[in-house]
Amino acid sequence: MKHLPAYYTFWHILGHYGLRWFAFAVLLFLMLPILVIVPLSFNAEPYFSFTPGMVSFDLDAYSLRWYADVFSDERWMLAVKNSFIVGIAAAVIATILGTVAAVGLSNPAMPFKRLITAFLLSPMIVPLIIVAAGMFFFYTRFNLVGTYFGLIIAHASLGVPFVIITVTATLAGFDRSLYYAGLSMGARPLKVYWDIVIPLIRPGVISGALFAFVTSFDEVVLVLFLAGPEQRTIPRQMFSGLREQISPSILAVATMLILISMSMLVTLEMLRRRSERMRSGAY
Amino acid sequence: MTDIPLTAADRRSARSELGRRRMTAFLFVAPLLLFLLFTFAAPIGTMLVRGFYHPTVSTLIPDSLKALKAWDRTGLPPAETQAIFAADLKRLADERLSGKMAEELNRVVPGSSSLVKSTARKIARAEDSEIAASGAALLAAADEKWTDPEVWRGIITSGNTFTADYFLTAMDLERSPAGGIMPRDGARIYVDLFIKTLKMALIITIATLILGYPLAHYLATAPAKTANLLMVFVLLPFWTSLLVRTTAWIALLQTNGVVNSFLMGAGITRSPFEMLYTEFSTIVAMTHILLPFMILPLYSVMKGIDPSYMRAALSMGARPLPAFFRVYLPMTLPGLSAGALLVFIISVGYYITPALVGGTKGQMISNIIAFHMQQSNNWELAAALGTMLLVVILLLYWVYDRFVGAGNIKFG
Repeated sequence: MKHLPAYYTFWHILGHYGLRWFAFAVLLFLMLPILVIVPLSFNAEPYFSFTPGMVSFDLDAYSLRWYADVFSDERWMLAVKNSFIVGIAAAVIATILGTVAAVGLSNPAMPFKRLITAFLLSPMIVPLIIVAAGMFFFYTRFNLVGTYFGLIIAHASLGVPFVIITVTATLAGFDRSLYYAGLSMGARPLKVYWDIVIPLIRPGVISGALFAFVTSFDEVVLVLFLAGPEQRTIPRQMFSGLREQISPSILAVATMLILISMSMLVTLEMLRRRSERMRSGAY
Repeated sequence: MTDIPLTAADRRSARSELGRRRMTAFLFVAPLLLFLLFTFAAPIGTMLVRGFYHPTVSTLIPDSLKALKAWDRTGLPPAETQAIFAADLKRLADERLSGKMAEELNRVVPGSSSLVKSTARKIARAEDSEIAASGAALLAAADEKWTDPEVWRGIITSGNTFTADYFLTAMDLERSPAGGIMPRDGARIYVDLFIKTLKMALIITIATLILGYPLAHYLATAPAKTANLLMVFVLLPFWTSLLVRTTAWIALLQTNGVVNSFLMGAGITRSPFEMLYTEFSTIVAMTHILLPFMILPLYSVMKGIDPSYMRAALSMGARPLPAFFRVYLPMTLPGLSAGALLVFIISVGYYITPALVGGTKGQMISNIIAFHMQQSNNWELAAALGTMLLVVILLLYWVYDRFVGAGNIKFG
């Protein structure tokens, strides 16, 4: 137990412990949905609530039937496939275009930097319903509604801001003299970018790509407006499930999605540490 | 150091070198700019135009509208003009477009939907020559409403290609017969919904602030090991799918859900509370979803604050609250304004959570836009409402960019 400073009065001490308890309560509030959803997905009954058997830890009250349901349901399997196809394609487009643009933006000679940055980041701010309505009007003209291509470019534009933010942040710690050193040794600029700049900013690029992927993977409003039945994604399937017939198979899907986000979080944390080590010159 | 005068040639070459560098930097950004212009900016532009530009009727009945232009708008249009309209109506009935026309006219002249549909059915049976000869009589025989000049003026209004009417509707206004602008009869719908949306966004922002500020402070001052561990509990929900979290709130808040079972089990209440599908459930779920957007910027600012300032204030005998308000709070303002603005901006335009847990009372402006897009098919009104929402958002974004800098948004 850490000792509190001697000048602390009763109110200081109360504040100190009060703050701690309040912080833990808020953390509980944050984690509550996850804590509830995981056990409920093993419910043997078709309800969204704990049965008396579950509360008394009766093993018969738990089952894997909703997981079996999900894996035997063609619609869910199609949704999983679609989510990965669209998410990966959108992330690749957003990452390539976003990384190149971030390199340009961090160039001190970049004109209209502030305005262009604000524009490139705006897909993150404009309400999705507005984007969805506009894309529906515009993409219809090019017959892009109800196609994979339409959905992929729509999601790619949503992922762009995240790539810009993460790559720009990594580039801010990038020592430009390395670039000039490469040039002075006679390498052509593209070779310097490829051999020196890209490897150094790779952690930022990968976390940007992950952000872009998750943005698409989690997105449902654009899917509601732009996708046909063939392009249903996981969130779209969950959305209609929640609106029409609520079945615990949604909870099973949700639990698996939580596992995916956990692994994303771990990957990102590892990338962040790696990037910090690189910046401090440990390599 | 003495100034070395530059020759004109030096200046030229410096300028061209600078220009070349600016060009190189711009070329890196250009592909993404082009991409976003097509995939993102042009669609939004289309939506903005859609609120004003309304070509449907002028493509449905072009001949009638041309003929009606010559009419002085008093009394009834000339019989030939009416005959041209009757011919248009027959063509629409043949092409199965009379329903579309009925819908369009009904927005201008309420109650005229069945008038158009039934007349189109009757006219469709008549011969072309008969329509050309006595179209006006046929119309009057089909329905006596066609002898009302108001309907004909309505056709002209619905045929305007450019119109501000949808914006008037979106602001709960309408044109008076005299040509002025007046409040629409009946309840204010959209203005009230805008106010309610802003109010809910404000409540959510304040709630995230009240919950997030102390937690961010605790995390920023805790030992690094504890803080890193506890940060996982902030980041994991942040990374968890939006729909997963919304699903969880449905499970928690429904009538026989977890919260009600707990309250009844603890003897706090005998009958369950109706919490789901209300404004309350929308606010709780959105506060939960947006809380990390408040905590993360606050945390990163608070981490940079030297604790010795507060320690100094306290050790010199300042009472905790004044010390907090005069020393600590001002230093956290950058993170506070960043988090609050971000939460407010995101919640004003939120759609999914209100749609799923809001019921009828917890709906926000985005939901009514989606309703006009998907159910009532009034795309022009949806576009007008969307434009107004976009103006609000862009104003807030401009404030955010000025005070925080759009490039300073950080995650994790």
